[in-house]
Amino acid sequence: MVAPASAPTTALRVQARPAGFFVDVASVARRAIRQIPREPEAVVPALIVPIFFYVLNIGALSKITHDAAHFSFKSFELPVAVVFAVTGVSRASALVTDIQNGYFDRLMITPVRRLPLLLGLMTADLTLVMALAVPVVIVGLALGVRFHGGVLGIVVFVVLSGIWGLVFTGLPYAIALKTGNPGAVNASFILFFPITFLSTTFVAKPYLQGWLGTVANYNPMTYILQGLRSLIVGGGGVPGPEPAWNAAFLGQAVLAIAAFGAISLSLALLALRGRVRQP
Amino acid sequence: MTEPAIATEDIARQFGDFWAVAGVDLEIAPGEIYGFLGPNGAGKSTLVRMLCTLLRPSRGRGLVAGHDVALEPERVRLQIGVALQDAALDDRQTGRELLDLQGRLYGLRRDERSVRVAQVLRLVDIGTAIDRQIKTYSGGMKRRLDLAAALIHDPDILFLDEPTTGLDPESRAAVWEEVRSLNEQHGTTIFLTTQYLEEADELADRVGIISRGRLVAEGTPEELKRTVGTDVIVARVESLTDETLRALRAVPGVEQVVASHDEVTVHADNGATVMSPVAIALHSAGTTVVSLTLRTPTLDDVFLQLTGSHLQGDASADGSDRADHGTQGEDAEAGTDTSRSAQTAAEGARA
Repeated sequence: MVAPASAPTTALRVQARPAGFFVDVASVARRAIRQIPREPEAVVPALIVPIFFYVLNIGALSKITHDAAHFSFKSFELPVAVVFAVTGVSRASALVTDIQNGYFDRLMITPVRRLPLLLGLMTADLTLVMALAVPVVIVGLALGVRFHGGVLGIVVFVVLSGIWGLVFTGLPYAIALKTGNPGAVNASFILFFPITFLSTTFVAKPYLQGWLGTVANYNPMTYILQGLRSLIVGGGGVPGPEPAWNAAFLGQAVLAIAAFGAISLSLALLALRGRVRQP
Repeated sequence: MTEPAIATEDIARQFGDFWAVAGVDLEIAPGEIYGFLGPNGAGKSTLVRMLCTLLRPSRGRGLVAGHDVALEPERVRLQIGVALQDAALDDRQTGRELLDLQGRLYGLRRDERSVRVAQVLRLVDIGTAIDRQIKTYSGGMKRRLDLAAALIHDPDILFLDEPTTGLDPESRAAVWEEVRSLNEQHGTTIFLTTQYLEEADELADRVGIISRGRLVAEGTPEELKRTVGTDVIVARVESLTDETLRALRAVPGVEQVVASHDEVTVHADNGATVMSPVAIALHSAGTTVVSLTLRTPTLDDVFLQLTGSHLQGDASADGSDRADHGTQGEDAEAGTDTSRSAQTAAEGARA
């Protein structure tokens, strides 16, 4: 069990030092990314569910939406599928596990800067959600969906979706850091429903009526879907030809993501500050 | 005089109305192995969490490597290695990945990391399991990996919070050997908490005994044992009466009599000559004796004398209760529990 006493353990003496902000972020991210394929149960549903609903919705609803010359329901729904894929996927549950089993304390005893403990996880999340968006896009392409601007359009589509997915993680991280409670983190999934469904998920904005139309006007998801749809040929949901790049719609999508992110990431940072303060 | 590796002045920590650590003064020299001995809930873990910057003292101060734990936590962290009570590992990493990450967080370069990982693995033998995910490890392997992680950056000061709790005797002996070897080869200062007498006795240069958040005695194991005399006679009896105690105190050569439940401990300088008179005294007091034993003192006798209770409940005083350690060790220390629940309460308040 025990090494011989003659083992040359004194060969190298090293000096601990702060690793630097970006090294810290990369170290934390590296570990988080490495864990992803080891937890397929956390990733596979995020991959299958959106594709399942996408195919189901366009199969069931295409007929009643009257695909026209400048509109196709499968184009209109592809951004919804990608939002389903990227929203709510985070390492927040893994973070709670770290907090509960004491590994987070082990990290806290090291000289790691505190912000990278969160930013490293978010870097891993961004990588994962962009990777999750790709198969959804491929399914769309296979079904005949076409993007304005070709590959560039696809890249902008995936990046915008990914950044939305990233800013959404602020909420589960805020809850994870504040409560350290796995149940509360799982419950944060409930936020997904009003944000994704009280919007132009199935019907274009001009056709939303009553209170739903009013709520959708204030829901950032409406503008994110609008921006993503503007990248797809025939995905706008309004009659008539669309410009190849709709700067106004894309700008509104970016603003909506930024506004949501300002709130969610502030909450996450406040929760991190509370968590890492010496109690 | 050299600066102490660890020093505390009236360090204390309160959770609600409860003082988990109620004012402790310590001075631990560089290169010393200091054993902090006390039962579950005595405040050992709370003190360690303060000294390794995870908890803020409510009062007093703690200096580690000359730096204040509350005011300069970043500087303290660079000097210390810590293995907390429950081996805190990430089950989905391999042992090697965990050590490498630990090395990165301590700013070690790639070449330094590969050399240090190899070095700590020689000291803390984990074998080929190092490339397996930690979820496949036994308790003893996890403890050894935890120790390796605490050592990756070659710290001058090492905190080990109950390093062998829950381990089988073989793994315990391995950890002891590793601790000794670190101290001898590197001069590492080691602050070790334990609820096991034989662990403090085996390893520590000096022992502090903590009870209810206070340091009740301090010294080398030999000094502490001398305070209870040269010999100890332990009588287990059917029922202990005041008359029994009076009879025993009247026996010439008896220095002290300590009663605990169905057991009475008699301290004497020369146990062999006192043994027969003690037996006669018990008989004449009408006490039915279950067993009568003469032995040399242990740290538990010191603890019993100071606090009126045994260190490990009904555990035998000579440390022969190893088989029980695993189950006892699974109870988290009350101090740690309290700190966690206090944290939760604070979180509730913040919400």
